Amino acid sequence: MHHRSLNCNYLDAMFLWIIKRDLLLAVRRRSDVLITLFFFVIVVSLFPLSVGPEMNLLRTMAPGVVWVAALLASMLSLNRMFSSDYQDGTLEQMLISPQSLPLLVLGKTLAHWLVTGLPLVLMSPVLGIQYDLPSDALFVLVISLLIGTPVLSLIGAIGAALTLGLRGGGVLVSLLVLPLYIPILIFGSGAVEANMAGVDFAAHLSLIGAFFFVSLVFAPWVTAWSLRVSLE
Amino acid sequence: MLSIGYNRKLLSYPFIPIVLQGIKVACVRGDRELFKDINFSLGTGGLLQVRGPNGSGKTSLLRMMCGLSLPASGEICWDGVSIGTLNEEYFARTTYIGHLGGVKDDLTVTENLHISSAMSGSEISIDVANKALNTIGLGGREHLPVKVLSQGQRRRVALARLLVCNTTLWILDEPFVALDVAAVQLLREILERHLQQDGMVVMTTHQEIDINASSITQLQLS
Repeated sequence: MHHRSLNCNYLDAMFLWIIKRDLLLAVRRRSDVLITLFFFVIVVSLFPLSVGPEMNLLRTMAPGVVWVAALLASMLSLNRMFSSDYQDGTLEQMLISPQSLPLLVLGKTLAHWLVTGLPLVLMSPVLGIQYDLPSDALFVLVISLLIGTPVLSLIGAIGAALTLGLRGGGVLVSLLVLPLYIPILIFGSGAVEANMAGVDFAAHLSLIGAFFFVSLVFAPWVTAWSLRVSLE
Repeated sequence: MLSIGYNRKLLSYPFIPIVLQGIKVACVRGDRELFKDINFSLGTGGLLQVRGPNGSGKTSLLRMMCGLSLPASGEICWDGVSIGTLNEEYFARTTYIGHLGGVKDDLTVTENLHISSAMSGSEISIDVANKALNTIGLGGREHLPVKVLSQGQRRRVALARLLVCNTTLWILDEPFVALDVAAVQLLREILERHLQQDGMVVMTTHQEIDINASSITQLQLS
């Protein structure tokens, strides 16, 4: 078909357009991005303040606290992933775009991770210092978040798409998505704990990597399908 | 699958081939049946006006024609093939402008036009965008964010897409709403030009607006 062959060259361009658009919107609405980041910073910082300067205790709880805070922060931003596009009719246009919808969804998910996930990853070593984490543990923490947070965005997109336009969607999305986040939480914080215990942490990271690839392949399709159902 | 080829011999000229066709289309919202057994057909250069009181299912029908939702029963076909199986191939030939317009408040007028055309499959140059915005009466406001514009001007931003797209079928939900007299006249001309160039238009409207077209079909929903 004529336009099919045309589309092949075009797909990459469209993918970049949607990322560019979402990043531009994030720049115009900085507060949305900053809220997520500040939430993460504040939640992580509250624990050392409340527990007190008990170094051993802080070191033990650090991976868990940072990871839980990252999960909650990513939850906070999920609602906005499709809702503004839904309200102004742009999402309808995406659904009837001649471009492949899963690819558009992947572009939106990537943009979402760039504005909400990546800042958390970059901020985490600074926060880890509050917990007196050794430098190699900080390194593992950053790597585990770097592989893990994209999975949070990919899986979260499914929940956001399913609860689109529902009243109380914010709470519902948490109930839907948080159980799915548990494996990432276990292996993410597990990697850092393993490193601190002097055990090999590669297995944990490989498992998060496996989650990443599986969700990279399947999540955009499921999200696209959920969007079609939500907008019908 | 429907064949339109055999009709060709039966009908006298000038012959307008049917391209978009709805067969016994029904729509159910919740427990309520909005309409059923709706038939329509639209040929090259044709205009289909969907009429009916508020809540009669005009928008629902238009959304089905775009492929956003599926009919509860019946079928909508493009060139004899159900649009549900065509998907992207069908989307590449249609432009839909709904109530919401798909205009982003935080982007400027030009950015909106650029991105919405890219999304509907045709990237445009700055010149083309500026020319279209001038024509639609938004010249000088290209770099304003849409949120500072009036309702009618936002509508113009959405309608500017019609000037830059190269699709065959336009599906317009209340396109004349919020437009001033000059803009209504302008949109009428745009629609007439599209119809003359063998395009097709499906629209809902409450206003009485005469549009010159080789064939005009009215579809009344009760």
